Amino acid sequence: MTILLLAHLVVAAIILTALSRHPRMAAALGIAVLLASAVTTLILSTHTPQHTETWDWIGGLGLRFDLALDGFATMMVLIISLLGVVVLWYSIEYFSDHKAYGRFVGVFVIFAGAMTGLVMSADLFTMFIFWELTSVCSFLLIGLNDESAAARSSALRALLVTGAGGLCLLAGVTLFQVGAGTSSFSELATSAPGGTLITVASLLALTGAFTKSAQFPFHFWLPGAMSAPTPVSAYLHSATMVKAGIVLIARLAPIVGHDELWRWIVVLAGGTTMIFGGVRAMRQTDAKLLLAHSTVSQLGFLTILMGLGVPGATYAGVAHLLAHAVFKAGLFLSVGIVDHAMGSRDIRKLSGVGRSMPLVAWLTGLSAASMAGLIPLFGFATKEKGLVALLDADEKAGGVAQVALLFVVVGSVLSVAYSVRLIRGMFGTKPGLDDTPIDHAPTWFGLVLPMGLTVVGSVIAGVFAATVGGWLDAPAKALDPMAYGKLALWPGINTAFIISVGVIVFGALLASVIPVRPWRNPVRISGEAIFQFLFDGLMTTSKYITRFAQSGSLLVYNAVIFLVVIAVLSTAVFNDFGAGFSDVVFADSFNQAVVVLLACAFTIGIVFTQQRFVAALLMGGLGFACALIFVMFGAPDLALTQILVETLIIVVFLLVLRQLPRVFEHRNKFAPRSARMVIASVVGMAMAMFAMMVSSSRTAPTVGDQYTELALPEAGGNNVVNVILVDFRATDTLGEITVLAVAAIGVANLVRMANRRRRAGVPHPSEAVIGDEVQR
Amino acid sequence: MKTRRSLILDEADRWLFTVVLLVSLYLTFRGHNAPGGGFIGGLVASAAFVLRYLAQRHSVDRIYDIFRPHIILGIGLLISTVTAIAPVLVGDSMLESHIWKTNIPVFGDIKIVSSTFFDIGVYLLVIGVVLSILVALGVNQDADDIDNFDINSPDANSSGNETGNMA
Repeated sequence: MTILLLAHLVVAAIILTALSRHPRMAAALGIAVLLASAVTTLILSTHTPQHTETWDWIGGLGLRFDLALDGFATMMVLIISLLGVVVLWYSIEYFSDHKAYGRFVGVFVIFAGAMTGLVMSADLFTMFIFWELTSVCSFLLIGLNDESAAARSSALRALLVTGAGGLCLLAGVTLFQVGAGTSSFSELATSAPGGTLITVASLLALTGAFTKSAQFPFHFWLPGAMSAPTPVSAYLHSATMVKAGIVLIARLAPIVGHDELWRWIVVLAGGTTMIFGGVRAMRQTDAKLLLAHSTVSQLGFLTILMGLGVPGATYAGVAHLLAHAVFKAGLFLSVGIVDHAMGSRDIRKLSGVGRSMPLVAWLTGLSAASMAGLIPLFGFATKEKGLVALLDADEKAGGVAQVALLFVVVGSVLSVAYSVRLIRGMFGTKPGLDDTPIDHAPTWFGLVLPMGLTVVGSVIAGVFAATVGGWLDAPAKALDPMAYGKLALWPGINTAFIISVGVIVFGALLASVIPVRPWRNPVRISGEAIFQFLFDGLMTTSKYITRFAQSGSLLVYNAVIFLVVIAVLSTAVFNDFGAGFSDVVFADSFNQAVVVLLACAFTIGIVFTQQRFVAALLMGGLGFACALIFVMFGAPDLALTQILVETLIIVVFLLVLRQLPRVFEHRNKFAPRSARMVIASVVGMAMAMFAMMVSSSRTAPTVGDQYTELALPEAGGNNVVNVILVDFRATDTLGEITVLAVAAIGVANLVRMANRRRRAGVPHPSEAVIGDEVQR
Repeated sequence: MKTRRSLILDEADRWLFTVVLLVSLYLTFRGHNAPGGGFIGGLVASAAFVLRYLAQRHSVDRIYDIFRPHIILGIGLLISTVTAIAPVLVGDSMLESHIWKTNIPVFGDIKIVSSTFFDIGVYLLVIGVVLSILVALGVNQDADDIDNFDINSPDANSSGNETGNMA
């Protein structure tokens, strides 16, 4: 399975580099890896029912990379890869001539891989890694059309909301680890932890799931993500991204779902989302936005079913998850077909589409019927199961289940209403409107067939509901061993069925009563407005802080740094004043005295010279004197490094000096000369005293001896300094060279920007504002 | 910056450039057992490039077309990071050292320590860092000066000389 995940990455890398100009080959390769993923998963899961793979990650912290292919993971992987195949296939005709298509396929494959990893994760930390990966991928996919400001801002909004949720999840996961001592799902399930810490952890994780699955009040990013190309929306909304949160809830519910607070939050958030999404869907005139809000609504339903942690509801949740993935993918793809063919998605303007594209209209109708929950489609069987489960959940969950049932019934009425609205709006013939002409007729093979496959899925799964229901037993049991249930095409006349009939009748009525036009939001406070308020506030505050802290004057920066140094050093110096002073001798030998006096002479020269060039040379001399001292104390590596660095620094100094005035200018209105002299002398004295005291204040034994002993046997080297750098403390070195690399790139870019400014005639900020040593 | 080329620097560069690079490699590889190592080796190699820059000024553009500083820097960081992560893939903890001992005819016993590769990464990275600073502050600024250089201006030559003397 790990290999499977790596395969996604490798294929994506190939697509993004070698095949970015060959859209068809890229798509073919993408389809191939997704098919391979589906087939491998099927074979693996049939041969070894509980296939697991574990890699030690950070042993000291008990972190493991832990994958398990249980029934639920198998079902999810199949949904992800098969719908991925359908969407990629469809995307070839839809927009393979787009210049970002290569990038789309590449990121799409990574996304599918991340989602696959997420559903197979058997450990919260592992899941978190994939969770963040899906956030990043969805950011890239939503912002695919990077020339559009709307696409960029909605991508950023999605990233910020899901990213903030990711942080909550990380905090939650860490608390689980702290509170229960494990982050593995199976171990958590057996230990059944409790207590305040676990409650907080589960609520934090729940917040993360809500942001990801667009639950109220974080629902707003999802409709915003509609600026992405339709295949992206289809995939985000059906199989991936938004399902990540549901997966997390589903995995956690058996562990913490018995908690009353958790149940209430899940039901209230899910229920509000379901109704809110439904109401908002009724307000839309753009078919794609209508679908987006319907996704929000359906996700609310799934959250309730999965989150209750009641065995029957879990089973219904698994079933409806499958049903929703299949019908929602089909619906988005068909909106894409109409959009592609007619150039419009406005349900007020489209007319007569049903007559000109009857096949598409029928197929879409069937998908919508599945969403509305009509016999004989799969959506009927699963929603029916959901109602039955909620009716039965009374005994186990009490009042929560009744509230949930109420929400679900109202939400279902709305979902019937918007399904009717969608079909009528897209394919109906409207009085007073001419038939919309077809600009680009969709090809049968390129667009209609992939969409049709999903519809066939809905129909067959509906007709053979009993068989499919049997297959869903394993996925449900993987979540909760107690989960049970079966699906039926004709459940017989019972309470749930009567409710269903009522829902359909009311929904159809509602669709004809509510006018097709945008109307005002009955709820005034929207999550969107709050988000915007917070976002703007953050930007303003950070601008203010930056302006305050980054004045742009080198003198001010230096003064701040030196004052902090003085403050820190003087606490140490005064704490233990005088310690070690007696050990200080002027020099061990005549040579040393000469070198030290030389260094002093250089230093005095630097202070008194007026010429920058001379100062730079004297600084170099000072560095060489230090190197000599290193040599005397038997540190050849250090001395060698010091000499080389000093040499190179002189060259760099000379290069920079070409741009600066030749002599120092001592007048400065921000820092008078006297103040600068005081700061300089105090920092010098503090440093000197500190250095004298440090050597005598050692309390722990030095690590040096240990390193010297271990250098040859452990690291195979005689040069202890080098062994420390590349072996014992190599992590430090790795960090340092990374910083070095970043700094070099930063220097190069800063200089380039300054040059560009200068060419454009913009004065350098220091010249314009600070007046720091200006001569020109 | 229009400067007369210095004969001494030119000759020194011609003879020393390769030698200094070889010395830098020598220092890098012996670093595990004697003074040296990737950081020092990288600095020495950078010194060779600095010498060439000082001697030849504009004609060094070709060097930077071949050795793009950012690419060297990236390759160095990549090698070091891969060396750091590689032990994880075989089940050890990060940055765990491996020592291989082999016997190659003629050369005799050879001991290879995995951290040598880490040092090679550091070596390349240091060269990349110095080169990119050299390009940013040196080569690009020179090019900038050439852009502004007016061949007809009477003081063009003198100003060039003045700066040249200073540096």
